[in-house]
Amino acid sequence: MENEMNLLNDSSAIDRLLVGADRNRKQGWLERRLGTDVVRNVKTFFQTPASIIGMAILVFFMLVALFAPVIAPPMNDQVDPFTIPRDGFKAEPKPPMTEWKRNAPEKNPFWYRWFGIETPTHVLGTTPGQWDILYGVVWGTRTAFKTGVVITVAVTIIGVVIGTVAAYYGGVVDNVLMRIIDIFMTVPFIMAALVLSSVLSPILGRSILAPMIALIAFGWMFYARLIRSNILSVKHKDYVMASRVLGVRDTRIMFRHIIPNAIYPTLVIASMDMGGYVLAFAGLSFLGIGADLGYADWGQIISFSRDWITSLDVYWYTVIYPGTALFLFVLAWNLLGDAIRDVMDPRLRKQKKHD
Amino acid sequence: MTTYIIRRLLIIPLLLIGVTLLIFGMLQFLSPVARSALYVRDLPKSEDALDAVIRTYGLDDPLPVQYWRWLVGFKNPVSGEVQGGVLRGELGYSHSAKQPVAKMIAERFPATVELTLWGFFPIVLIGTFFGIQAAIHYNSFYDQLIRIFCITGASMPVFVFGLVALMVFYTKLSWFPPGRMSPWVTQEIQAGTFAIHTSLMTVDALINGRFDVFIDVLKHMVLPILALSYISWATFVRVTRSSMLEELSQDYMITARSKGVAHKAAQWKHAFPNVLLPVITLAGGTFITLLSGVVITETVFNYPGIGSAAATAATSLDVIAVLGISLFNGALLIVANLIVDVLYAVVDPRIRFN
Repeated sequence: MENEMNLLNDSSAIDRLLVGADRNRKQGWLERRLGTDVVRNVKTFFQTPASIIGMAILVFFMLVALFAPVIAPPMNDQVDPFTIPRDGFKAEPKPPMTEWKRNAPEKNPFWYRWFGIETPTHVLGTTPGQWDILYGVVWGTRTAFKTGVVITVAVTIIGVVIGTVAAYYGGVVDNVLMRIIDIFMTVPFIMAALVLSSVLSPILGRSILAPMIALIAFGWMFYARLIRSNILSVKHKDYVMASRVLGVRDTRIMFRHIIPNAIYPTLVIASMDMGGYVLAFAGLSFLGIGADLGYADWGQIISFSRDWITSLDVYWYTVIYPGTALFLFVLAWNLLGDAIRDVMDPRLRKQKKHD
Repeated sequence: MTTYIIRRLLIIPLLLIGVTLLIFGMLQFLSPVARSALYVRDLPKSEDALDAVIRTYGLDDPLPVQYWRWLVGFKNPVSGEVQGGVLRGELGYSHSAKQPVAKMIAERFPATVELTLWGFFPIVLIGTFFGIQAAIHYNSFYDQLIRIFCITGASMPVFVFGLVALMVFYTKLSWFPPGRMSPWVTQEIQAGTFAIHTSLMTVDALINGRFDVFIDVLKHMVLPILALSYISWATFVRVTRSSMLEELSQDYMITARSKGVAHKAAQWKHAFPNVLLPVITLAGGTFITLLSGVVITETVFNYPGIGSAAATAATSLDVIAVLGISLFNGALLIVANLIVDVLYAVVDPRIRFN
């Protein structure tokens, strides 16, 4: 009898009973640890075509970023590898496969011989101002990962801390924090980031730091709101009450009991937004705010082509190559995000079963 | 309803104060000399004169004093005239545009309004239509096609799309040029043969009875609207599709079908009205975003709206102008948000009584 009661209190046990046909199915070690739901979600995730394509593209970009020094060797050890080597100063771009005259890397990359290239070559051409496009695209992968990861992690941490404090203390604290969020949200995102980075650039100099700080400063509000609403639904659960009765400290309740039970959706949403932040960052550097001239950054490489709008059909490679890299990078994150959303949305799952 | 509107109205001054504080806070990153552009047009060259400017305008006074002065302006002890004061519409002098910020906004804003009015409907209507279609044909080839189209749109950097569109439709085909109007229209305006009434070129063209101008201005807006639509449809499709799917699986749909309502009628007459609510919220947000100036899109297509003005000012580190524009935007957004909220409450009684 007591055993049965336990069974009913344990929600995963009920889940197991309800599965019906799978009642006698053996649960693997992982499934017992993580719960049926999580394992099923992960499994579905790895079986969705969208997420497979997304992951394949991401792995490709990771490899490129990791092996950037081999794929596009820097000129020599003295120069910052993120500075794109510049073959002269001519305003007119050079088409792909043009010979490299000045500032060529000391040794040719390994893959040159696959295509029978012997001398240093601008394989993807040069931008207006003679920056090598291939080098910029390859090293820009590192910039994209760097900016995307740093911004996403920073906004998540800030959002989680502020949202948790607001939800946990409630009352005046909550009200004040929420009004501050309202105020931060009154200025449109890109415009706000534009303002703050243009204010910060004279202080920080031309670097990728100013736009990053700006995007972080105006990006955290969404996560604060999200985790706040999740915490509000967790806050009054019995186990929180129990630990409070036991005299557990506020911070401990917050970090050990509340946040772990409410943070999951916020983390998922934040990781999905990575592509969006890379896009916003590239947008700012396209406008000419941020990285120093010649820094390996997709947005900036594309922005050079604006000088030749009237003859873009001739100089298409200055837009297409870096543009494709940026597009695929963001697409990969969005594909993953869409797959996660589908997997996690129980309504859609139910729908699928009806079909 | 009235209490709801009053409650919303009461928050507005609070938000306005908040926005001014935010902008004022960002102003503090500037040196006092740079901040003097709030009050004076040309900076003197010599150090002594600069110090005099800082002292006259109290640019190193305590912050609350400066904030108050920045808000309401202040009386110049020498000339006796009142200078500055953002509440009086004096947003300072823009060095990049070589004119007062307020004047620049007044010149640029109509272009943005025009783009908003023309761009809003294709974005909302077509996006919603795609979303409904995707939901009705759930998991079919059609659904997948729409989803792929939309996810590529959401991942497309608007400046890359813009440059490629210019490559094809401007450089190659010369169909849709960048900018706001052709040089001959500008010449006619300068010559006085084309009268400006509203500053909205399409409206003015109709008033003047000039269809050639009307077509010309529209041609300049095609590419920006195309780019904006492509990147915005994804959100509309996602929201419409998922809420339509939810409505389609409700019990009332089965009831409707079982009492003999046709498939299409059930979908459009029973399910669709319930989907409208989230769409209206989203549409309101889109309208506000468009109205506050789409910075990157306007810049790529060289469209002289408020967004490209902000971008130009930001790249030439004309911070006073950027802050002025964002203050204007913030105020605009607060009012627009209020209108959207009230509209939303009119449509959905649940909000009114909550």
